[in-house]
Amino acid sequence: MTLSAITIQNLVKRFGNATVLQDINLEIPQGKVSCLIGPSGSGKSTLLRCLAFLEESTSGMITINGEALGFFETPSGKRERLPPGQIRAVRAQTGMVFQQFNLWPHMTALGNVSEALKIVRKMPKADADEKAMAQLRKVGLENRAGHYPSQLSGGQQQRVAIARALALEPKIMLFDEATSALDPELTGEVLKVMRDLADEGMTMVVVTHEIGFAATVANQISFLDHGRLLFSGPPAEVFAKPRHPRLDQFLDTYLDRGASMLA
Amino acid sequence: MTFKIFTLLLQAAVSTIGISLVSIAIGFVIAILLSAANLSGKAIYSAPARVFVSFFRGVPLLVQLLLIYTLLPAIGLNVPSIVAAIVGLSLCTAAYQAENLRGGFASVPKGLIEAAEVTGLSPRQTFFRIRVPIALRLTLPALVNEAIMILKSSSLVSVVGIIELTKMAQDLASSTYLPIPIFLSAGLIYLVICSVIALIGRYAERRLARTSI
Repeated sequence: MTLSAITIQNLVKRFGNATVLQDINLEIPQGKVSCLIGPSGSGKSTLLRCLAFLEESTSGMITINGEALGFFETPSGKRERLPPGQIRAVRAQTGMVFQQFNLWPHMTALGNVSEALKIVRKMPKADADEKAMAQLRKVGLENRAGHYPSQLSGGQQQRVAIARALALEPKIMLFDEATSALDPELTGEVLKVMRDLADEGMTMVVVTHEIGFAATVANQISFLDHGRLLFSGPPAEVFAKPRHPRLDQFLDTYLDRGASMLA
Repeated sequence: MTFKIFTLLLQAAVSTIGISLVSIAIGFVIAILLSAANLSGKAIYSAPARVFVSFFRGVPLLVQLLLIYTLLPAIGLNVPSIVAAIVGLSLCTAAYQAENLRGGFASVPKGLIEAAEVTGLSPRQTFFRIRVPIALRLTLPALVNEAIMILKSSSLVSVVGIIELTKMAQDLASSTYLPIPIFLSAGLIYLVICSVIALIGRYAERRLARTSI
């Protein structure tokens, strides 16, 4: 039995009347890659955003390395918000990478990576820069440190964004369709950085349309549809037939598009 | 028109520039505070900010100046007229600058704020480190425009007894009976100052282009 980095229990998210996540229960194993797949609007990005606390769940619990995220339940079963300091401490265990990179345009690559080290961690500038530089080296962008985001390709921007998240030494990395905004030629360099990270034993939760990546890198694949978790298991099980009919249908669309690396 | 007269106009122009620059700077600080109040999402901050903006945008600057000039002594503050002039101009430009900045702040992509949030920046740090620099770049042309407007509006502060460029020109014109060359010179001096502001603005825009969204 592997340890859980994240435990999701009975998670529900509603936007007004629309239920986006319905009663999600999932254990994300430590040191493993967990992929969330599913069609658009299935709730996979919302689930990831709940893990980053960018969305607040309507009910249910998220536990990160044994600590409740955002809310706790009183003995009487009432759900209450945790104090801000505690929320911040639990959130600091995760790093997040967005589909649109979201680099700050007025800072260089180095500035983006060192910003939180200087401002949040209060590191002296020289130390922060040194640490940020080491992260840029890791994603192969040491020689782009002085470039602004507008001077970098999409793939380079996303690698800087990964370095920015890694600089804060998170225990868990969350990827929200990290390659969806890139043309096919540039996805490779980002997926490589993600693979390297997986090889180092980083706990990763990856929302992706890259079924090939999921098939070859993931230890766990979870399939969401209409806000429900329909299936979760190791890739071998996911891609073995017979599958859940809805998952079958979903994967077939990918195979039709020639995205097959998993035959 | 003699050289002496032109020198007097230039000296008065220095007052115009000084009063305008100080007012623009103070107004900018107030505008940033007003923006912070608006973005706080809390009515106790945003409601007074809105009232402030609508008052100082809706009342003529001339009336504001006269009000401040008479109001301050009435509440026991005997300030020199230069202070009344700067207070009046600052409050007025603050309202306009805040309105300009509002559009800029609204155009900062939500994802950039979320990126700040997940990297642990507090709302205050996010405001000063992320929102303000980006909003400033987006609204730079409008802010330059506002600086030019204030420079020209500063001619109104003569009503509280400040001798700036316009007032000096009027005084010289009536004492020398040479109104046309004097007012032409004053206009030219305004034009040169405004052109310099516009040039600096254009230069800053070009410099900041690659660091903008």
